[in-house]
Amino acid sequence: MSYELLGITVLWTFLYGYVIVASIDFGAGFFNYYTSITGKGPIVHKVIDRYLSPVWEVTNVFLVFFYVGLIGFFPSVAYYYGTTLLIPGSIATILLAIRGSYYAFHHYGPKKAKWTQFLYGLTGLLIPASLSTVLTISEGGYLNVSGGNVSLDYSGLFTSFYSWTVIILAIVSVLYISACFLTYYAHKAGDTEAFDILRKYALSWSLPTILASFLVFLSISHHNWEHFSRMLDLSWMFILSSLFFLGAVYLIWKKQRLGLSFIFVMLQYAFAFYGYGAAHLPYLLYPYLSIYDGFTNEAMAIALIITFVAGLLLLIPSLYLLMRLFVFSNQYVQGKK
Amino acid sequence: MVEYDPVLYSRILTGTTLGFHTIFATLGVGIPLLIALAEWIGIKRNDLHYHVLARRWTRGYIISVAVGVVTGTAISLQLSLLWPNFMEAAGHTIALPLFLETFAFFFEAIFLGIYLYTWDRFKSRYAHFLLLIPVFIGGGASAFFISTVNAFMNSPIGFNYENGILTNVNPIMAMFNPATPTKVTHVLASSYLTAAFILASIAAFSILRGRDHVYHKKALKLSMTVALAFAICTALIGDLSGKYLAQYQPEKLAAAEWHFETEKGATLIFAGSLDENNKISKAIEIPYALSILAHGIPGAEVIGLEEFPVEDWPPLVVHYYFDWMVTIGMFLALVAFIYFCMQYRKKWNEFNKPLLSAIIVGGPLAMLAIEAGWFMAEQGRQPWIIRGFMRTAEAATTSNHVDTMLYLFILLYLILAISIIIVLKRVFKASPLEKELKKQGIE
Repeated sequence: MSYELLGITVLWTFLYGYVIVASIDFGAGFFNYYTSITGKGPIVHKVIDRYLSPVWEVTNVFLVFFYVGLIGFFPSVAYYYGTTLLIPGSIATILLAIRGSYYAFHHYGPKKAKWTQFLYGLTGLLIPASLSTVLTISEGGYLNVSGGNVSLDYSGLFTSFYSWTVIILAIVSVLYISACFLTYYAHKAGDTEAFDILRKYALSWSLPTILASFLVFLSISHHNWEHFSRMLDLSWMFILSSLFFLGAVYLIWKKQRLGLSFIFVMLQYAFAFYGYGAAHLPYLLYPYLSIYDGFTNEAMAIALIITFVAGLLLLIPSLYLLMRLFVFSNQYVQGKK
Repeated sequence: MVEYDPVLYSRILTGTTLGFHTIFATLGVGIPLLIALAEWIGIKRNDLHYHVLARRWTRGYIISVAVGVVTGTAISLQLSLLWPNFMEAAGHTIALPLFLETFAFFFEAIFLGIYLYTWDRFKSRYAHFLLLIPVFIGGGASAFFISTVNAFMNSPIGFNYENGILTNVNPIMAMFNPATPTKVTHVLASSYLTAAFILASIAAFSILRGRDHVYHKKALKLSMTVALAFAICTALIGDLSGKYLAQYQPEKLAAAEWHFETEKGATLIFAGSLDENNKISKAIEIPYALSILAHGIPGAEVIGLEEFPVEDWPPLVVHYYFDWMVTIGMFLALVAFIYFCMQYRKKWNEFNKPLLSAIIVGGPLAMLAIEAGWFMAEQGRQPWIIRGFMRTAEAATTSNHVDTMLYLFILLYLILAISIIIVLKRVFKASPLEKELKKQGIE
């Protein structure tokens, strides 16, 4: 495996990690607010709070990791995306800042105000929408490049069918992934009332998820045929993804083996996400930047890979400890600790 | 109307974000040391006051951490959005510590999450205390790595650059450049000093307001002990920083000291003002002091600004930042020293009003010194973003609308600043000390 490919695989894995943990977090924020206005708040808040409180900071790090690693492995990305993403990037940054700080203010402050909950819920949908536009832009066709200057074609972006299907998929996925996880978590907590509500959410967001996925499939064939045809070459990945989707929904429907059902959800997204990513290669930004012409020097690549391995050796046991204490500890989940 | 200049707005926006972030980053690095000491003393002496102290400091700390995290994310993204050319060059040369910093922060975040929710979960009280060690190390390591990046911008080594092509990159050498030792230690020591003084100033405020519970006196003594230790460290390292500058960035030292002509036995200029011909007036002059600061010898030669082309001069305003930083640093060391003398003699009362007032203003002043120090460090490097290789103006984005983004971010920081004050007030109002002491079974 070349350094380039190794680098992008590592980064893509971080992004995948972010998609999963952030979706749980974003969706939880939305459900938290939604249930508080429908009056079912007290039932589900406990489950959501118990999960979110110790892990919220960790979520953000996945994104920063991906981003810093991307600059390290592929410095030219900084030039292209940095220059073009000033406005969407700043807006996403502001949303992330509002979300992170108001979560803490709401959670560690003594008074629980509805409007902080609202901000927390709303940003949970706006952030994935704004971040997903980066993937849209990477497909090409939204940049004006003239005489060494690059800029973003906003009207092209906002009127593009493809761009909107990606946004819809991002938001729907957030709600689906989150609901599936919280269903499992509520089940573990033995909280049947919360479980029933969350299971209903998980099931009702499943159909929109698969519809939105097909919509993106369809629109990408119009937008970037080259990418689409490479996706067809990898069609087994997308077929597997669909099968895991069916498996997950079936288990939730039958109220059986909910831990496994969430693993299926993760596999569903893993196959779709890596399939999409593999077909996207070699381009980081179609057609201007590929992983081969934007790559860093060999010394830096080796240093970063060593760091990455050493870092994982430190982080995996730490993450395991965090999970053991809070996510996989029955006593904690059930509120006994 | 001023013409739209993306470089200027990018500089203002970066400065605003960093200036705001620095407050929380400093506290984030410094406060875990004090919490750890409090919890440790609490266990060792079996004194629940210290245990409550650790709990209450943590409660305030976590809220400032949240703002530190989000503003840290903001600055890391802004570096690419506002300085795309710089980040491309940095990616090739100094990406290693940037990447390491993320790991360090990840490590810190995981254990902070565990620490917060396990106060009563372990049988051994040491187990909970030990969880804070990774938080302390992670915070310190983050500061270490990110400071090496800043050090690199001041004295870039570890690569060859010819005709626009980078070769022979050595990431380790780039990280451990000549500026690293003084930069990193100065950042760390001043963070511990500032965090300690902020906490001391809160304790002093409570005592001055007539709350004479022994809890506040213990809080004051602990934080003033840390403050004195790190005030001395910071001053010593500051002196070494002067020697680093004299050797590697003489133009920065010369600008900070308004030292125009190369001479032996150079005079140190304090305060004062400059006219359009760079003539100094109304300044306090200390003979030979600049030579001592620069080389440790009264007769040593100190390079003046005259040796550099005027377009490479840093802005001369950095002189005032330098003076602010040094003056406040001296003040803090003096206050901490007096506190200890007063405390040492039983006959003297260390809780007298003037001393308490000095400690109270010491907290905010320490933070001001941190800001002044960073303004001196950053503006003193101008016109370069990577000294000798890339000018700030070449590094900035060419995008439109940086001005609009600036206003949006200023608004964001204002809202965050107001919110954090309100929330902190509410947090401590909702659980007053007496109530918490009772809850822990004391009094």
